[in-house]
Amino acid sequence: MVDQTLMTVNWARMQFALTAMYHWIFVPLTLGLSFLVAFFETIYVRTGNEEWKKITKFWATLFGVNFAIGVATGIIMEFQFGTNWSNYSWMVGDIFGAPLAVEGIFAFFIEATFFAVMFFGWSRVSKGFHLFSTWMVAVGSNLSAVWILVANGWMQNPAGMTFNPDKARFEMTSFLDVVFNPTAVQKFTHTTSSSFLLASLFVIGVSGLFLLQKRHQLMAQRSMVVAAVFGLVASAFVIFNGDESAHHIAERQPMKLAAMEGLYKGETRAPIVALGILTPGKKPGDDKAPFVQDVKIPGMLSLLANRQLNSFVPGIDDLVYGNPQQQVVGANTRIASGKIAVAELGNYKSAKERGNGEAAATALAAFNQHKDDLGYGYLNDPADAAPPVATTFYAFHVMVALGSLFPVVFLLVLFFAYKGTLPEQRWLNRLCFACLFLGYVASQAGWVVAEVGRQPWSIQGLLPVGVAATKVAPGNVQATFFIFLTLFTVLLLAELRIMAKQIKIGPEA
Amino acid sequence: MIGNLDHSTLQELWWLIASVVGSLFLMLTFVQGGQTLIFTTARNAQEKALIVNAVGRKWELTFTTLVLFGGALFAAFPLFYATSFGGAYWVWMLILFTFILQAVSFEFRTKPDNLLGAKSYEAFMLINGSVGLLLIGAAVGTFFTGSRFTLDRFNQVTWATPFHGLEAALNPFNVSLGLFLVFLARTLGAMYLVNHVDHAELVARARKAALVNLVLSLPFLLFVLGSLLTMDGFAVDPATGRVFLEKGKYLHNLLEMPVLPVLLATGLLSVIYGVVATSCLNKRYGIWFGGLGTVLVGLTIFSLAGYHNTAFYPSLTDLQSSLTIYNASSSKYTLTVMSYVAIGVPFVLAYVSYVWRAMNLDKLTLAELIKAAKEMY
Repeated sequence: MVDQTLMTVNWARMQFALTAMYHWIFVPLTLGLSFLVAFFETIYVRTGNEEWKKITKFWATLFGVNFAIGVATGIIMEFQFGTNWSNYSWMVGDIFGAPLAVEGIFAFFIEATFFAVMFFGWSRVSKGFHLFSTWMVAVGSNLSAVWILVANGWMQNPAGMTFNPDKARFEMTSFLDVVFNPTAVQKFTHTTSSSFLLASLFVIGVSGLFLLQKRHQLMAQRSMVVAAVFGLVASAFVIFNGDESAHHIAERQPMKLAAMEGLYKGETRAPIVALGILTPGKKPGDDKAPFVQDVKIPGMLSLLANRQLNSFVPGIDDLVYGNPQQQVVGANTRIASGKIAVAELGNYKSAKERGNGEAAATALAAFNQHKDDLGYGYLNDPADAAPPVATTFYAFHVMVALGSLFPVVFLLVLFFAYKGTLPEQRWLNRLCFACLFLGYVASQAGWVVAEVGRQPWSIQGLLPVGVAATKVAPGNVQATFFIFLTLFTVLLLAELRIMAKQIKIGPEA
Repeated sequence: MIGNLDHSTLQELWWLIASVVGSLFLMLTFVQGGQTLIFTTARNAQEKALIVNAVGRKWELTFTTLVLFGGALFAAFPLFYATSFGGAYWVWMLILFTFILQAVSFEFRTKPDNLLGAKSYEAFMLINGSVGLLLIGAAVGTFFTGSRFTLDRFNQVTWATPFHGLEAALNPFNVSLGLFLVFLARTLGAMYLVNHVDHAELVARARKAALVNLVLSLPFLLFVLGSLLTMDGFAVDPATGRVFLEKGKYLHNLLEMPVLPVLLATGLLSVIYGVVATSCLNKRYGIWFGGLGTVLVGLTIFSLAGYHNTAFYPSLTDLQSSLTIYNASSSKYTLTVMSYVAIGVPFVLAYVSYVWRAMNLDKLTLAELIKAAKEMY
């Protein structure tokens, strides 16, 4: 019989993945389209040209439909930490809760307040105030992303905190370290710029469709130019901080990097896999070749990870079983140390309950020697310290491949717009329409890399997912999983139909 | 200045902040009230549209306040967040489902090709405005009636019933509090319509509805208040932290924190005056008194639960697992940092008020709905 706790944990993970991925269908479009609408409206206010007002209103309508369902799928993300990850919530609530509260105070209210003006204020406030409100919605939406990404960045790279053995939880010691955690900064820039990219693809995709259908050609071309410029700038950021982010992961989450590249045995001059098919059934520590087929670029991974061509990049096997020559401590060693930490923490608690101060002090001293490995103490098999490699590897490569294609598309759009022949380039307009969907694939793949790649940790190195979950019978979580699946799928279908209809209707004459 | 506050002061301050946010949420449930009024007070599609658009422009504010309430509790009282949300799993999940339904309903209801049809989205609004609020009331009720859970030495929660919180909805006190909130929301919703809508027949009916719903809420309110004054409560010995049952605990709290009876009486009278002004004196401003009164009553309820050596999230299964604002809170450092952050709240309130005023300067009319039909909810 499968362990009940494990079942609960796995259903909770499935539910988190499901709700997060659904939420992430809508959020990036909100983040990026809000700015695009603000650009369109700014041009309208500055030129007074009614065509631009039409353009603004058309995209704003799509923005509104998408925004509502983003909010709907978002509320569960906040409360799910409590309902399904209650031990996590307790153990790190002292640190993790604060960014969520700040987000509520400073970001959500900006969105909520100015959204109403943006949609219902056209005849109620001045032109200038309306424009201001549209900008505030864009700023507020993106500020909302700051704080949740600070929280996520902290989970990937915990900083600014210490473990309190009396409370059995982590406590914040520096708010600034949490906020300016380099991982958080990376996460924010990469996530927002990739969302701008996605929204730009959305606009050129829908506009491309209009051109193919020979409808609303003026609006479509104008929208495409603005979006292509925005998308191109965003692409540059995405690529730049994607590279930074890989460098950073090498430092803080070497296991994730190894999984992203399917690197089992660490190497100096480690290559990047440009294309590859992983060997099915390959496990850490076995002798199978990692790839069935691959195309590699030598030295590039070392360069990316350590900024040095001849440097060593540890592989999954090194990180699981250790590599003394390269001073890599394996999960096996850390698990042994972590078990001591867990046991001594228990001894400390018991001694305190008995009122035995001396025994408590001894246990605490022993705990402190091993506390950095506390999280590993909850793992059993060293191989459990490795994430699902195939998912991480393929998601990463899909993301990178698509991320390299998009700037080319933006450049082509700008080139033909400059030549004034955009409507005639039917192949390009078809490509633009296809990119609308590919943008979503790339964006989801990015989060898969980030979240699957850090398994088994809910907090890197400190708290494995298995310990983080709420103790409820698995049937409960299974039930809510299917309710979410049904509910979100129905709402997504409704949203897609409404969007399709609005696109079909087009801007008002 | 904030840096010098001691831990217990910060814990009390954050209970106050959470209480204010929770009470503001209760005030803003006029949106939920409006969502159910479309079934009783609107006579035709146009009137329905007026109600939906009047309260619809504020739905996100209510929603966001609820989210902030959750966020503030998470940040300031993480053990409560972990224990209650993880333990009373189904109550919170059902509440969330109703809010998910609400969030799409306004935007999707009148859009063509919306898959489910306008009636479904109106039903979602009804569910949120009735079941959603009822369950929130039941959840708040457990602050006084207790729940069945234990915490282990590492503070992990185990719930003692397989219903994971749904059992709270069987307790008459909890249900009465929930039903009171439902009718209060409808009262506030009706007063908001009177304030913001320019449509003679609908406004006349809303004036009546405010009074009717206030009257309907009274038995539940009286039951809740009567119970509160007579029931045993969960007291904490400040010296040892031991939790014990005390006869008439909430009555004692009320008497020993003299500001509370004043808040409660002022709040109740303010709501009643708001309704009287709306329904009998033909005034438009009733909602302001109703809203303010609701905040004051909310503050009283939360204060009774949390202050004066009281366990605000008591456990019936194991009294010593009960949560107080002291044992459930974040560290002193975190509360201090967040208190600096909270200095920004008046600024938020200021721009919310400014925008509210700008948007509510002119009444909502049928003419506006028809003129910009495509943009309306």
